[in-house]
Amino acid sequence: MDFGLTQDQLLLKDTIRRFLEEQCPTTRVRQVMDGPTGHDPELWSGLVDLGVTGLYVDAQHGGAGLELLDLALAAEELGYNATPGPFLGNALAQIALALGGDDEQRRRFLPQLTDGSRIGTFALGEADGEWRPEKVATRAERGRLTGTKVLVPYGSLADVLVVAARDEDGPGLWLVEQGAAGMKATDYLCNDLTRRLSQVELDGTPGVELPGGAAAAARVRDAGCVLLAADAFGGCRRMLDMAVSYAKQREQFGQIIGAFQAVKHQLANLACELEPTLSLWWYAAHAFDRIQDESAHRAALAKALLSDTFDRFARDTTELHGGIGFTWEFDLHLWFRRAIFDRSFLGDANDHRARAAELAGW
Amino acid sequence: MDLSFSAEYEKFREEVKAFLAANWTKEDAAAAPPVDERATLGGAVRTDSRANELRRKAIERGYLYRHVPKRYGGSERPPDPLAQTIIAEEFRKVQAPHEVIGQGPSMLVPTLIEHGTEEQKQKFVLPTILGELRWCQGYSEPGAGSDLASLRTRGVREGDDWVINGQKIWTSDAQHADWMFCLVRTEPEAPKHEGISYILIDMKTPGIDVRPLRQMTGTADFNEVFLENVRVPYSNLVGKRGQGWIVSRSTLKHERALIGSSSMTRRVFDGVLMLAQSTQLRGRPAIQDPIIRNRLVELEAKLRASEYHGFRQLTMSARGEEPGMAGLVSKLYSTQLGYDIGKLAMDVVGDRGALAAGEPEAPFGGMLVSAYMWSLGVLIAGGTANVQRNIIAERGLGLPRDPAASRR
Repeated sequence: MDFGLTQDQLLLKDTIRRFLEEQCPTTRVRQVMDGPTGHDPELWSGLVDLGVTGLYVDAQHGGAGLELLDLALAAEELGYNATPGPFLGNALAQIALALGGDDEQRRRFLPQLTDGSRIGTFALGEADGEWRPEKVATRAERGRLTGTKVLVPYGSLADVLVVAARDEDGPGLWLVEQGAAGMKATDYLCNDLTRRLSQVELDGTPGVELPGGAAAAARVRDAGCVLLAADAFGGCRRMLDMAVSYAKQREQFGQIIGAFQAVKHQLANLACELEPTLSLWWYAAHAFDRIQDESAHRAALAKALLSDTFDRFARDTTELHGGIGFTWEFDLHLWFRRAIFDRSFLGDANDHRARAAELAGW
Repeated sequence: MDLSFSAEYEKFREEVKAFLAANWTKEDAAAAPPVDERATLGGAVRTDSRANELRRKAIERGYLYRHVPKRYGGSERPPDPLAQTIIAEEFRKVQAPHEVIGQGPSMLVPTLIEHGTEEQKQKFVLPTILGELRWCQGYSEPGAGSDLASLRTRGVREGDDWVINGQKIWTSDAQHADWMFCLVRTEPEAPKHEGISYILIDMKTPGIDVRPLRQMTGTADFNEVFLENVRVPYSNLVGKRGQGWIVSRSTLKHERALIGSSSMTRRVFDGVLMLAQSTQLRGRPAIQDPIIRNRLVELEAKLRASEYHGFRQLTMSARGEEPGMAGLVSKLYSTQLGYDIGKLAMDVVGDRGALAAGEPEAPFGGMLVSAYMWSLGVLIAGGTANVQRNIIAERGLGLPRDPAASRR
């Protein structure tokens, strides 16, 4: 029994953190978010070199052959740093290929999505807040897809899209390449400025089915829930660090505001709220590979609790900063906005709680 | 990370089952004596001879009191949450007596193991973990609650004795306790944290007067304890004279109680879940009500977080890592969760919650309200939530200490 990180995992986190500290301070985050694509190829290639894009890819396809927990630890650090770019969608496309693809599909796409030569994404959501793979309405007929996918991460930038759809056999996953006939990707204006989302319309668009897609679709969603929970945890940590550090500098009434009990208690409540949630997403990440019958349930719990927690942190840390926290120039709103992405993508907290209740047999 | 119930653990579960099958019959389980009133918040704990016969065998097998050294009556095994979970589950299934719950086993025993003399350990540890000696905690005073270190109960050395005068309050179970572990001011000239000693007092000593206090639930589980010229041997001092504050804090390092508290919370939550499944609310089982259902899952997530947080703390402790923030937040997190669960139970029964014990239509015989009220009791006991927040802010986040709190 051991419920903690290995030396390798601590080293991985530390390496990513130091890289992002040096290469991606918030000044650069802001440059990327102000740019046309929300993607910084140089930063991305740095992450590729660190191995961040290959953590969940097996060695024969150029990856490190690690587990979802390792990938989630990377997501936590990216969340801490509000790192812009297509990490999440690319990782989910890789997981879909790894779990649902055949040998040839894996051989063809996984190395490209690992070495940065191409970018992948995952198109699940549809109108009316539907994120259950078994409920998707997009139709596949004889290798052609028709339907509208919403909130697709970097849907216009990605080279390869893994699309959840259904054919006469039921729901599954199909690979669609950017620019395929009848495909139209339009970027939304998003509240999160560090990760872009697109609407993807498919009208008789050619797609190749992943043979194991039916079973993989829900698993990919579960993995996404864990990665969002980890991102949210990283974001919460950052907001708490910022608020604590501000409370130690800012003076009013002749003392630093961190000496006032009202401020101390608000910060203590946040720390208390956050600390145990770490173990929930660790567990969910671990369960994804190792305790699969618990995996879907724990992923839903983690996504729901962590996205709620991130919202609460956004609220309280903004309040703790006073006026400066409400300005555009101050960085805090980068995470406030990131919290809005984390709560929305893959479905909101209430939806995941409703699923968790079903999964628990209640 | 490795949480697998490997073949090794499955084998262990079979061993525990076989042990119970051989040593604890249905008749044993059914032969529970009337509910033991000495039981504290943890509910009924059997300490009759049949129960302790099993306990002794279970200790021999390494199933109970794994944190207590063998030479003092424990089974001295490394922490292993999975094994402990299996043991607790299997014992519960057949209603076999598990570890005794109470301030003696959870607070005094770890303190004695760390600071007690060999004689104190030999004399007190085994009877305490078997529930044969019951303890109460003499900490709070009328003028020393959150600011515990300002306590004024005086202890003066006279020859081979301490002579103790003062008053303690909120003393749970003092009316049933055999002994009290007590904080006493012995060095009146020293700064307030450095003038306190940790002294064991036999409750049969002349000069002790225990007067029950009735709490908001209507029953009297705690007391005032008046001490007038109470004379106890000098050797009842635990640790060094004047270092009682540090001695009493040592309990905080022992994570066992935390693990206990999350398993207690789990039991309460499971009870509320069953209640929600069996109670009709507005024409359907309460659990089908979308709001009740949503809140149940919300609390389930927090409860799981709290349970896995316990795994993490045990791993940290096994690795020799400092618990840091992970340790500081446990009490506040679990007591808030306890309150939320208690509140949800009240919502599950809807308007029937208005009815008290004795009213035939009162759900659960009216016991829910008592549980709901007790969830506030634990928010206060052992350091109020606001004191916990100060500790988290100061020790965990490095914010300045309250200047008033560190003054003499």
